[in-house]
Amino acid sequence: MTTARTRFTAPQRLLHWLMAICILSMLFIGVGMVSTVTPRYLTLVQIHKPLGIAILVLVLIRLTLRIIYGAPALPADLPEPMKLAAELSQYIFYALMIAMPLIGWAMLSAASYPVVLFGSVHLPSILPVSPGLHTLLWNAHYYLAFAFFGLILMHVSAILFHKLVRNDGVFETMASVSTHDQPK
Amino acid sequence: MVPSAASPKAFRLWPFVLIAAIAGSAALAFAYTAGWLSPHRLTPQKIVASLAPPGGPALGHRRNHAKGICFTGTFDANGEGSTLSKAPVFVKGEYPVVGRFNLATANANAEDAMVRVRGLGIQITATDGQQWRSAMIDPPIFPVSTPQDFYDLQIAAASKAPDAMKSFIGKHPGFLTFLGWAKTAPWTESYAEERYNSLDSFLFVDGSGAKHPIRWSFIPEAQPVSITPQELAKRGPDFLEQEITQRVAAGAQHWSVVVTVANPGDPTADPNKAWPADRQTVNVGTLNVQQVQPERDGPCRDINFDPTVLPAGITTSDDPFPAARSAAYAQSYNSRTAEASHYPRTATGGKQ
Repeated sequence: MTTARTRFTAPQRLLHWLMAICILSMLFIGVGMVSTVTPRYLTLVQIHKPLGIAILVLVLIRLTLRIIYGAPALPADLPEPMKLAAELSQYIFYALMIAMPLIGWAMLSAASYPVVLFGSVHLPSILPVSPGLHTLLWNAHYYLAFAFFGLILMHVSAILFHKLVRNDGVFETMASVSTHDQPK
Repeated sequence: MVPSAASPKAFRLWPFVLIAAIAGSAALAFAYTAGWLSPHRLTPQKIVASLAPPGGPALGHRRNHAKGICFTGTFDANGEGSTLSKAPVFVKGEYPVVGRFNLATANANAEDAMVRVRGLGIQITATDGQQWRSAMIDPPIFPVSTPQDFYDLQIAAASKAPDAMKSFIGKHPGFLTFLGWAKTAPWTESYAEERYNSLDSFLFVDGSGAKHPIRWSFIPEAQPVSITPQELAKRGPDFLEQEITQRVAAGAQHWSVVVTVANPGDPTADPNKAWPADRQTVNVGTLNVQQVQPERDGPCRDINFDPTVLPAGITTSDDPFPAARSAAYAQSYNSRTAEASHYPRTATGGKQ
């Protein structure tokens, strides 16, 4: 963990990009499905639930890897506020990646909906049926989704800033999915 | 390799423009997907809003079929359904049911005699937890053919323009078939005497994976006794709820669950079109209604009878309504559960 690695490990990079695709798809599916009445609605809902659970599983693996392998150090010359923002945003990302699927699952439970993954495979209810809890969780799921998207926009902007303006190597820590770990 | 960032560089504008363009495009794509750039998109919110009476919706209640009463009972599957569908609810056996008799009105305090269409919502739970939910009504066909037509009908019906309905019917002649039923079919004196129809087409998937386009109906064992709306009005504004409560207290009520199988070419995408009467039917079991509970504290209150909550072995067809109903019901559910304080449970928590 203390070795001066310049990149995330290959499994970490792979998970990062895989989850980036999953989460972006998930956010677009989410806002798309609640605003349509076409048959696409059902397809989107059917993808939304198992994909959410997949993200929950992936983030738990990713968090484990992160605890084991840590992260490459930020550039020493990065201004303190940017360092703080970078570190804080990572905590918020992990919190959202874990919370959103759990909130969705709990919300369906509180509304007495079966949580169908596919076919006859469904998850148990994790909350009693409750209109009050359903409302709370639904609002949380909805507004946190927009916060999540906003955070992703900031994340993408920040990493492009690192690459295009500072060119300080932060982009390269996650850039490649190749297993070749650049020796320094 | 990691170049040093320490060397001073001249300020360049283009990276900032590029970053703003990328973030801005993503935000625009998101806004488009959310429907914010498409004011004409038919959304669940619009459909639900179109159902509200001029004074606003009945807070805390379903946005349509707002007046209703809960029941519990069982579905006795006779095993015949297994020839058409691998759904566990068709395996011979007895499965618990939570249901709701209701009136097709947005007014939770409507008088029974003012509402032409009656409905039945059911939730059947299989042994493994899979559920079959359905929300049915008593006419033999749905008033219109598409969700957009349904929305247009709500708008026309609420319109103050004198020829709004005439113009709607001119564009949607299928509505006349429904009007014919509404004007001529006898009214009955009980929820127990109604036949409730899925109207929407679904697909039954059998053990070999073959798909069978079907519709289903719940056919009452009780003999229908016809009554004029005037006579029904005299019996009181809530007669149907009182009657079904007393009737079920005196003895369970039963419906045969009959599945009709389409012939090739039968219209499955249009619930406004009936199938010919000679189609193959399969009696798959019996619904037994054993106890009735007021909705306020009843077990059906917080259930969304979403017709797309289906077990493996039943799926939606090319009928566009189940998807639209699912989206709109979810919207209605979110609204009413957030308004529970407007429709409080009784202090005791409702155990009668």
